[in-house]
Amino acid sequence: MDRVPILKIGDVLLVSIQLDLQDQTVLALQEDLAEQITRTGAHGVIIDISAVEIVDSFIGRMFATIASMSRLFDADTVVVGMRPAVAITLVELGLTLGNVRTALDLEKGLSILRRSAADRLLSEEIEDSDDGTVRTES
Amino acid sequence: MTAPAGERDELPIVGDDDVVKVRQLVRAFALKARLSLVDQTKLVTAASELARNTLNYGGGGTATIEQVSNVRRRGIRAVFVDEGPGIPDIDLALTDGWTSGNGMGLGLSGARRLVDEFEVETEVGRGTTVSIVKWAR
Repeated sequence: MDRVPILKIGDVLLVSIQLDLQDQTVLALQEDLAEQITRTGAHGVIIDISAVEIVDSFIGRMFATIASMSRLFDADTVVVGMRPAVAITLVELGLTLGNVRTALDLEKGLSILRRSAADRLLSEEIEDSDDGTVRTES
Repeated sequence: MTAPAGERDELPIVGDDDVVKVRQLVRAFALKARLSLVDQTKLVTAASELARNTLNYGGGGTATIEQVSNVRRRGIRAVFVDEGPGIPDIDLALTDGWTSGNGMGLGLSGARRLVDEFEVETEVGRGTTVSIVKWAR
């Protein structure tokens, strides 16, 4: 069985699927990603499917599972590069991909992750200053 | 990557990698019959769902792919045969969202929406045969 490589760029993990996915490969990727997110503390996952010719219900479910799983580890997932024929087929198949974020290409996907990283930083700063206020009052 | 397409080809479905081989063979047939890219993708996706059903629920079986034609156009027929437990209630199994446990319940009903013709023959204890056809526009 082939394994899909996971690349780390800053605090983003990049998965570019370049092969015809077997179900076992899909399951192994989920496990490898969980392991890599916890090990590296990455805050974002990008799954590039620009080379993927078909997404059936099993592969589609994998995207949803990876997105929910990374959320548990405080990481956002963006699926990028879906081919038009794949998108049309997915809609007809009845698969909505639920709460999986998508972007047209890698660049747009990265900018989504950068934005949510900035939001994350901002909310941490607000929390810090709240703590400060409480301390001066008491 | 794609296998050469003859007039008619049969593949065993006994393992995970056979599902991938079925997709590639169906793709090769669809290309040869000059289906549009969207129709190829729909047919291959439907075949992938059905091949997985044959493997996971039917306990394995075969896929037969062939080019078919009528007076007006060409198409591809794919037939999936298993000798598994069969489907007790086919109407229920064709309902969106119905699943016997592992899937999302889109395999059969989703595959049906992606093709032009769809037939199921099933008998409890004897097995299931699903036949699909996609025509070139």
